[in-house]
Amino acid sequence: MTVAEGFFYVVAAGTVAGGLGVVLSRNVVHAALSLIFTLLTVATLYILLASEFLALVQILIYAGAVTILLLFALMLTRVCDTPLTMDGPQKPIAAVAGLVLMGALLGMVVATTWPRDRGEATVVSLETLGDALFRSWAVPFEVASLVLLVALVGAIVIARPEDGE
Amino acid sequence: MIPLEHFLGLSAILFSLGVYGVLARRNAVLILMSVELMLNAVSVNMVAFAVYTSPEQFVGIVFAIFIITVAAAEVGLALAIILRVFRNRATANVDEVAELKW
Repeated sequence: MTVAEGFFYVVAAGTVAGGLGVVLSRNVVHAALSLIFTLLTVATLYILLASEFLALVQILIYAGAVTILLLFALMLTRVCDTPLTMDGPQKPIAAVAGLVLMGALLGMVVATTWPRDRGEATVVSLETLGDALFRSWAVPFEVASLVLLVALVGAIVIARPEDGE
Repeated sequence: MIPLEHFLGLSAILFSLGVYGVLARRNAVLILMSVELMLNAVSVNMVAFAVYTSPEQFVGIVFAIFIITVAAAEVGLALAIILRVFRNRATANVDEVAELKW
């Protein structure tokens, strides 16, 4: 086992532990902190996959901005006042569905013959990525930015208090 | 190099955890957190496939960037809706907002 493999197993164990914390924790703030931990370990996975820019974006946007938004929502909706009602009565069915899906996906991964690796992954330079993003993927890029703009304007309109409230 | 299967297995586990969380949780914010887990699992899958199979590695990275963009938009919009529901109904539990349930 190489150093990279050992590192991968440690990070993967961390990812799964963080995911379990998100879905099983009784305390919402602990769930949010587990989510931050999971997102950071996924950023480490991106570094193992030689995608350093993606790791940076993951840390900045996901672990930084998105989780702060989620924590604000937890604060504003006062979830912490009712900790005992976080899971519904459908919990056993959800557990069965999750386990069945996990079994099916893992069985599929094991049963399929995947292409052998091509040796070491080459690091994609930022120049290549920027070239691709603004030349071949320019239209999807603009559409994505438009989606973001419309969503954020819509969020402001929806959350704004109306007259008489 | 780490085999491709290990990345796929990890993202399968992460995705299933997300599915469990979406189905089991009552609180809308916690459901949203589980959706984030699923989106991350898909991103890991795409980047792993791109790095291991495609000669043009950056395609998977570009897709992951789009996933992160859409996830940010989705979280912003969903939290606005949750705040609105909380202001009108004083609850953020999805099973208490069941007017459209037949």
